[in-house]
Amino acid sequence: MSLLGKDLIGLEGLTREQITTILDVADPLKAISERAIKKVPTLRGMTVVNLFFEASTRTRISFEFAEKRMSADTVNVATAVSSVSKGETLVDTARNLEAMKIDMVVIRHPASGAPRFLADRIESNVINAGDGTHEHPTQGLLDLLTLRSHLGSLEGKRICICGDVLHSRVARSNIWGLKALGAQVAVCGPRSLLPGAITDLGVEVFGRIEEAIGWADALNVLRLQLERMERGYIPSLREYNRIFGLTRARLERAPKDLLILHPGPMNRGVEIDSDVADGPHSVILEQVTNGVAVRMAVLYLLAGNAPALADAAKADSA
Amino acid sequence: MTAPLFLTGGRLVDPSQGLDAVGDLLLIDGKVAAIGGTIAGPEGAHRIDCAGQIVAPGLIDVHVHLREPGREDVETVATGAHAAVAGGFTAVAAMPNTRPVTDNQATVSFVKRQGEAAGFARVYPYGAITVGQMGETLAEFGEMVAAGAVAVSDDGKPVENAHIMRTALEYAQTFGIPVVEHCEVMALAHGGAMHEGTVSARLGLKGIPAEAEEIDVIRCILLAKLTGGHIHLCHLSTKGSVDLVRWGKDQGVRVTAEVCSHHISLTHEAVEGYNTNAKMNPPLRTARDVEALQQGLKDGTIDLLVTDHAPHHYDEKEREFADAPNGIVGLETALGVNVTWLVERGVLTIPQLVDRMSCLPAKVFHLPGGTLRAGALADVTVFDPSRSWVVDPAAFKSKGRNTPYGGQTLRGRATRTIVGGRLVHALDG
Repeated sequence: MSLLGKDLIGLEGLTREQITTILDVADPLKAISERAIKKVPTLRGMTVVNLFFEASTRTRISFEFAEKRMSADTVNVATAVSSVSKGETLVDTARNLEAMKIDMVVIRHPASGAPRFLADRIESNVINAGDGTHEHPTQGLLDLLTLRSHLGSLEGKRICICGDVLHSRVARSNIWGLKALGAQVAVCGPRSLLPGAITDLGVEVFGRIEEAIGWADALNVLRLQLERMERGYIPSLREYNRIFGLTRARLERAPKDLLILHPGPMNRGVEIDSDVADGPHSVILEQVTNGVAVRMAVLYLLAGNAPALADAAKADSA
Repeated sequence: MTAPLFLTGGRLVDPSQGLDAVGDLLLIDGKVAAIGGTIAGPEGAHRIDCAGQIVAPGLIDVHVHLREPGREDVETVATGAHAAVAGGFTAVAAMPNTRPVTDNQATVSFVKRQGEAAGFARVYPYGAITVGQMGETLAEFGEMVAAGAVAVSDDGKPVENAHIMRTALEYAQTFGIPVVEHCEVMALAHGGAMHEGTVSARLGLKGIPAEAEEIDVIRCILLAKLTGGHIHLCHLSTKGSVDLVRWGKDQGVRVTAEVCSHHISLTHEAVEGYNTNAKMNPPLRTARDVEALQQGLKDGTIDLLVTDHAPHHYDEKEREFADAPNGIVGLETALGVNVTWLVERGVLTIPQLVDRMSCLPAKVFHLPGGTLRAGALADVTVFDPSRSWVVDPAAFKSKGRNTPYGGQTLRGRATRTIVGGRLVHALDG
């Protein structure tokens, strides 16, 4: 059993030590992707299934790169047909895959709790690649890795998560991960896009983006989940941008330089303006790069490898 | 003609006549022949030693789903009525959200006949308030009552149109039946899978706020006030609802209310781990709500206890939380849950529990039973309030296994269930 246990379902409940270990393992693995031959044999012989019940480009590709660069055999199962529709149930799908002798399942699913449900019913390791509005732990980890590389220790640092927290699995994973590392966490957005009980999660709440900008060391700007706005949580995108959008004019009034993160994909001109997204404080593409390293680290650790050998793993193809 | 039943030496608890004393009970020809003190049993009577046990008027559950017609794969009237007697219930009232909906006299009499044929608990059908439970046109209350319906409800859904609810409360007065509302404002509850609060915020599940229930509770109370009709409110789950019903009763409104065993024993924490056997509508709420519901039951604001017995197929619950159906089975665990959470913790005395599980359901719904007076129906529940037992869903008589109490140890269990003078359930043989 790895130090993470069998599965990575969420960052809730992980200790500071566990999260720090993942980040420490991920750091040196970044170098593999910088080489001409971007491959180490660490996971040779392991079979990983990427089981995606929801459209995803970035996360699926990032996992696939991580798996291939560690020499795992990868199968992608992408289906828009979730178990809500007629057809095979989630557990049947997974058991059939497992009957073909696999080692890990990376699952993206529109229902909160689906990875937990699966993990309780199959022997393979399960990695949550985003479930409903619950968690997206590898996104949380790559955000932490990015923040750490710029801010150093996150102890006491102020991070504000801005936007559609209500529908965001990224927000929940960030809250748990940041708090475990000792950061101060706030959320900012219209009240209609914040869970009523959000303060129970131990975060501060800002009603205005200007307040968040004045307080924070870094802002993690969430995608306004257009596809989940079926019930009119905000009157218009236009007004959202005018009141909550991260604009250069607003950033210029900040008392200090802020780090700007965004989990993507961005709605330019809605939650973030292009001159901020492409500006000097943006670390958005670095997040994408770190995503591969963090996912390599998670695969490495769940496979039962010792954290201390991560450097050696990097070296053995050098 | 079955042999007379002679129950000796039990603690006779019958709040309908203020009785709580050790004594004998004699049942002859489906009626109570004699009760209290030492009775000389007639020759040939089947004697049952009830020493150390409670002998009570038969328990009545006015809120169950027996799934027939339509979903005989998950329950039938017969298996549900069998589960009822195994849990100590001598009568149940079956909700009309069947397929087709029980919204006409033919379906009402079908359900009633299935109950009689099964020969376990008495089965009293509900009729729907509106045709097809669509909330648009009143169903034929008169025809359904003539066929055996004891109340009307669109349970599973609220009657959203206030004019239709008003009319139902007026029209039902001709037949002297309660109008029974599942309180929910659909627009507020939309897509919700559990109580809206800390746990839903953490689990990333869409919540159902307490107000989704409470707004409909006060609407119904005010419409009952307007019309003089009798509104009975299903499965209250929030402190606010208890406060509103208390206000309604203070105003003299004809409002009665029920609470489920799971709502007085479990909180939304039970959903942790995405446990679909803790998913029901209304959802499990907070510890503060549980306490208010217990107090409401104690002070009489809430009249009676029910199960909202809702069997589902194993496969339907074995899935992603948001997609799993609402509801749990309760007939075979309710008495144990109620004794464990209400009696053992000092919320209710045994006579108060019997009152809320037998006498008051009979009174509120104008049903026979709920008493052991001489000449009354020989519907009797014998239970051992101190008996510990472990809930084993595989052993249920119900086809449903969907319970959050599986593996838990409960105190209190029915040992004999007698319907119309016939012994229809005997534990340990």
